[in-house]
Order: sequence, then structure tokens, then C-alpha cells
Amino acid sequence: MKTRKAKRSRPVSSPDIVVPQASQRRWYGHGLPGVDLEELSGKLIVVEGGDGSGRSTQIARLIDWLEASGHGTKQVGLKHSTLVSEELERAQQGNILSHRTLSLFYATDFADQLENVIVPALKAGFIVLADRYIYTLMARDLVRDLEFNWLQNLYGIALEPDAVFYLRVPPEELVQRSLAKYAALDYWESGMDLGLDRDIFNSFLQFQGRMQERFQELARHYQFTFVDANRTVDELSDELKQRITAVLAGK
Amino acid sequence: MKATFAELNELPGRLIAVEGLDGSGKSTQIRLLQRWLETQGLKVYFSEWNSSELVKAATSKGKKSEALTPTTFSLIHATDFADRYERHLLPLLRAGYLVLCDRYIFTAFGRDVVRGCPPDWVRSIYDFAALPDLTFFFKADLQVSLQRILDGRPKLKFFEAGMDLRLSTDPRESFRIFQGRILEQYLAMSTEFNFLVIDANQQVETQQALVRKLVTARLNLSSFKPDKPLPEPIRSTPRPGNPSRTPAEEREVSE
Repeated sequence: MKTRKAKRSRPVSSPDIVVPQASQRRWYGHGLPGVDLEELSGKLIVVEGGDGSGRSTQIARLIDWLEASGHGTKQVGLKHSTLVSEELERAQQGNILSHRTLSLFYATDFADQLENVIVPALKAGFIVLADRYIYTLMARDLVRDLEFNWLQNLYGIALEPDAVFYLRVPPEELVQRSLAKYAALDYWESGMDLGLDRDIFNSFLQFQGRMQERFQELARHYQFTFVDANRTVDELSDELKQRITAVLAGK
Repeated sequence: MKATFAELNELPGRLIAVEGLDGSGKSTQIRLLQRWLETQGLKVYFSEWNSSELVKAATSKGKKSEALTPTTFSLIHATDFADRYERHLLPLLRAGYLVLCDRYIFTAFGRDVVRGCPPDWVRSIYDFAALPDLTFFFKADLQVSLQRILDGRPKLKFFEAGMDLRLSTDPRESFRIFQGRILEQYLAMSTEFNFLVIDANQQVETQQALVRKLVTARLNLSSFKPDKPLPEPIRSTPRPGNPSRTPAEEREVSE
């Protein structure tokens, strides 16, 4: 701790930087062969929520804030791996893969990023902000009738995060935000492959409703913090910062 | 214990798989079996490990850049298998085909576990797949199969030699150790999964005679005859069963 005298003697302010408390790291299941949990000193924070829930905006703000507070940060997302993202994109456009194949393809993408981005960043002591994690992948697969036990084993490779914030926005509000942003609804985010409704607007509402139900079910097995995201960017941002401050302090 | 396709009681088709080390001669044997079944006018389909068009691009990219870890190696092969299983194998089995597979889930069980993946994890991923009705395991002496590969192909690829396991800096030595460990895994699975063990040190003809005898005894082959004439399959690539492949090609290692 600096004394008052020391502070006064410096013209440029040098605020105290909070060094995060050590986490109790755990795998959800078998984990990754060859990775030592003891070495992962960083923090893993996940932001989940449907398209239009404000995830990206919030993550961008959190990164600015964390870096300004002196923390090394790293952002990761889904379908970003160099290994399979291109092929995944192609498969989605053609819509030719079965649910299970697509599921395994996404799992490969996730594993690639987990091993090549998340784990190295945690080893380096960074705060990793994940723009969605295994839960979105699981919820999508559950909506498409894949078995929970099968998914739980598959994603047993994943690290348990320090916190998971689920940004909750009702489907009726999500549809408004998506249309305001893109003037169109995304085929996959509307679950059009499921044949719920030929009408994309109805399909979007039904699919997003089902996704939220699956998240409620997943919350019985995984620790989520449900956050009301149906409010202003600033209000939401303040709540997330407050919660993350507590996480870093080991609370 | 998982069920075979016959035990599922829903599909008229049957699946025959061959397993064994690289260089055990299993690919030659399943091709000869395919030729024989086709000559009898039966509905036959052949599927090879790691051959789904879409997934293959990602797999070869990962292999070339040596970017695969045991986990992603395992998952990308499972993706490939799931694609073939759900798009080709299952519909064909429903349509009453005899499906021949050059390698099946046991290849993953063996290799991925040798690479350090937890056995339960790997097996559960393949839970969606039923067991073959017949699994032939071509058991050659380690030295014999190693020699067949090493004679024909001086340069071994990174993953086929198991170089990612850092067993040895010499690819040939690494390949020897890697294949030896996979053989151990196969032998451990043999009883559990009712492998029909064929002595692969024998002559090609001797082995094929035994394979055909076992297939005839275990399956009702006449039930795979089409009721009406069917159109010839359209093949974009050369027939996998083409016997004009040279011995060097036969020795290709399937990664």
C-alpha cells in the first residue's frame, strides 16, 4: 500500500491495481489431456445470450474497462478457430450436415480455441472474456434433440469458468433489436433448419423461446448468473462491472 | 453393451467392418470381399475412414500445419464419422444394403486412447453408432506390418507416425512405437467387441477364403439381392474396389 506522501510526490496518478485472487480451477469432466490446472492462473468469464442481447457491446466495454484497470485481457468467440471455421461456414451455407455432425464440428472448433487460445491466455494470467461458450452450443443441440448426457460427456473437456453471465432479453425484444440492426433475421438464429414455421418471424420467436428454456434447464447443472439485459447499455454495463469486480476479489 | 445393427431390429441392412494396423492388408481384403459380393449382384456400399468430403478439408489442413492436439484430432475424426454415418451408412442400411467399412469406431478407440484421450470420453462420443454385425481384425505380426509400410514409403507423415506424441525424433522409430501401442489397444478390444481374428501373416487368398466363408455363414446373403434392377451407382471418384491399384498404393496409410 502506498502512503499519502508517496502518492503526492508523483505527478501522474498511479492507482492501485487489483491483483485477482487465485481461482479453484476445475474441468467439467475428463478435461484436456496434458494440461495442468495449477498453471492456469488467469480468469475465465463467459457472457451468454441470444443474438441481439448486447453481448458484443458489453464485452467491448468490459475489455476497455479491464485493460484500463491494468488487466491483460483476451476475447474469444465461437466459430473463430483457424482449424475448422471456414469449413463450418461452408457446411452451414449448404445446410447439408446432420445435427450430430454439425454438433461435433462445433465441438472441434471449440476444442481448438480452448487449447490454442483460452488455455495459453489463462496460463499467461490473462482475463479471458468468452463471447458465448459451451452452453450456447449445448442449448442449440438440445433444441435439435441431441441427448444431454452425450453433450455433457463431449464438453467434459471444458474448463469451469469463474463466472457465466446470461444476458436475458425476451424473444419479442430480441426480434426488434435484430431487425433494427440488420433489417433481416438470420437463418440459423431463427432455427429455420428445424422446420418450426415457414415464416421466419414466427420461427425466430419460437426458436429463441426454446433456446431460453434449454438455458433454464442447463442452469440446473451449471452455475449461471441470469442478468436482466432488457435495459440500457450503461445500466447493464455497471452491473456486469460490479459483478466482475467481486469475481476478481475472489467473492 | 452397445447393440449391433442386427440387434437393433429396425434395419434390414448389415454392416461389416475391417480393422487392423496400417500394413495389415485389411484394405486389400475388404476390396476383394466387395468385388465378390458385387459379382453376385448384391446391394453393397463401401465406406472408408476419414473420407467425408466436407470434413476432410479441415482435417488435412490441421494435419499439414501440425495444429491438431489429441482432443481436436479425436473430434475431427468423430465429425467425419458422424457425417458418413448419418448421411450414408444409416440410410443405406435402412434400404437393405450390405455396408463395408474400412475402419470403424475401433480405430478411434485405439488411436485416440494411445494419444492420451480418456477411454470413456472417446467411447461415449461414439455412443450414437451401433456396432458392426461382423468385425474382422487382421492380426499381423508387428514387424510384418511395419515392414510393409516402411518398405514402400520412405517418408512418413507427421500424424501417421505419431510424431505428435513425441515418442522419438526419428519418424520411423516413432511409427514403430506408435503402431505397437495401437496393436495393444486392438488386442485388448478383441474379446469385448467379438472381433473375428484373421491371421494376416497368411497368403492373401487364404485370408480371403476364410473371410468369404465367415460372411456366408453369418449373414443371409440372398436377402441383399435387389427386388428389381437398380441403376448403376454414379461415382465421381475411381471405384475404391478397383483392383488395378498398384501394390504401392495398397500400402497407403489411412491416417
